Amino acid sequence: MASETHGMVEKRGAGLWLTHVLMILGVLVIFFPIWLAFVASTVSQPEIVRPPMPIWPGDRFWENYTAALFSGVNVPVATMLFNSLIMAIGIAVGKIAISLLSAFAIVYFRFPGRTTFFWLIFLTLMLPVEVRIVPTFEVVAGFGMLNSYSGLIFPLIASATATFLFRQFFLTIPDELAEAARVDGASPMRFFIDIVIPMSRTNVAALFVILFIYGWNQYLWPLLITTDPEMNTIVMGIKQMFPSGDDVAEWPVIMATSILAMIPPVIVVISMQRLFIRGLVDSEK
Amino acid sequence: MEKRVTFRGWLLPLILIAPQVIISAVFFFYPAGQAIWQSLFIPDPFGLSSQFVGLGNFEFLLTDKFYRASFLTTAVFSILVTLCSMIPALFLAVLADRLIKGSGVYRTLLIWPYAVAPAVAGVLWLFMFNTRVGVVSWYLGQLGYDWNHVLNGGEAMGLVVVASAWGRISYNFLFFFAALQSVPRSVIEAAAIDGARFWRRFFTIVLPLLSPTTFFLLVVNIVYAFFETFGVIHTITAGGPQQTTTILVYKVFSDGFVGQDLGSSSAQSVILLIVVGLLTVIQFKFIEKRVHY
Repeated sequence: MASETHGMVEKRGAGLWLTHVLMILGVLVIFFPIWLAFVASTVSQPEIVRPPMPIWPGDRFWENYTAALFSGVNVPVATMLFNSLIMAIGIAVGKIAISLLSAFAIVYFRFPGRTTFFWLIFLTLMLPVEVRIVPTFEVVAGFGMLNSYSGLIFPLIASATATFLFRQFFLTIPDELAEAARVDGASPMRFFIDIVIPMSRTNVAALFVILFIYGWNQYLWPLLITTDPEMNTIVMGIKQMFPSGDDVAEWPVIMATSILAMIPPVIVVISMQRLFIRGLVDSEK
Repeated sequence: MEKRVTFRGWLLPLILIAPQVIISAVFFFYPAGQAIWQSLFIPDPFGLSSQFVGLGNFEFLLTDKFYRASFLTTAVFSILVTLCSMIPALFLAVLADRLIKGSGVYRTLLIWPYAVAPAVAGVLWLFMFNTRVGVVSWYLGQLGYDWNHVLNGGEAMGLVVVASAWGRISYNFLFFFAALQSVPRSVIEAAAIDGARFWRRFFTIVLPLLSPTTFFLLVVNIVYAFFETFGVIHTITAGGPQQTTTILVYKVFSDGFVGQDLGSSSAQSVILLIVVGLLTVIQFKFIEKRVHY
């Protein structure tokens, strides 16, 4: 954007500085909880339990992080990180895969029951897992999927957002392409693999970012179905690190775990910022 | 909207749509149906049999003072979360919009909390306000204020509201910022030439132009506060003290899993289902309208 078009309404001089100062203050306030968690993850337990805790990082970064990663409290955090990674990728890939297929079927075919299926999928938009936890838990337990990756992943990919997004996008693909494919005698699946999927790349990537974070940040569902600490995900596992009763929590290790729990989604969001914002705006439309 | 050009055949599309339909049927429609079915029964204490009570569970819930209290708690909670996340976000977005340079850097920094899981946000805020080791509660103590969210319901509510709103500020900021960037400069400059000061321009021109975004964010933030804040509440207060932070979703969990009261929990699920349905309809009605803008 050229600055001439901005000139009149943007602040200059003292006003500009004031805007920057306010903005920096805002960022500092928003960042404070994360900073404090980071500081707590680099100091010793006695430094925390005798308040006020220091406001600058200490020298125990390596001790605390190795303690968290390789011993943890109930289970090494490295294990929980791995479980979260499988769950987040499983949900993102699974949801994208089934949605690409069903959206392709709905947009490019006329088949019996098409409208019914469309509305059935549409209905799943409405009910978050939190609302149907007890019966869903029973279904998963019935399949013997407690403490398993499939139990963590499958109930959370039954949702229609991605299908709708792809449907909207497929409808904008020019008809000439499908026409040409048909004239050339290409099968529908050839057309799907050679034309539709490559054209959907950006949408797929944007959706992947959103779904990865959605999967990574799940709490209630893993809390219910992973009774075996070996299967805990990191986001739900942090709470399990707090002792029951009056024991004092191991704050440096817990805070190191909190920092570790936020690093993967933060990296994904920051490194794919453009895609992320696009995915966010698209998927909410 | 429909495609003019389609492929022939009915077996292939059925195979393509099958994975989603099967997963939805098994993990969505069957459990949802179960919830509705179970809401009509009261199981005996040993879980061996159950008695059909029709709408008895609903009647009981609607007259139950704890459930009514939970409804009120949810209303207060979601209104506060929505306000506490939208107002700071709008303020920051207005600031960022006035900067020609550097807004990208601020944006990158402000996105961070969005990536932090609600449950992790809960742990971070719990740490700051912990009655024994919390920094903020310690400084409050120095100022003569005795912070104790474990005993004080109002303070517990304040803490879960702030912890829930925190990550949402990022989200709302992104939407407000995008909306502000698309406000036509010519309109604002015309007002500036007419001598309208910043705040006057903001309230008479910019804010009305933002109303579609604001309304959209109101709905999605309420949905968020209703359904996605379980992690915050479970890590910070576990619904206490004396159920002052037991929102409806938390109650479904605590009655169903902790209290093992399946009939009541299912009936609560059904009531929530109706609430989500209404919110979804509102959202769609609004989006349909927005298309004509």
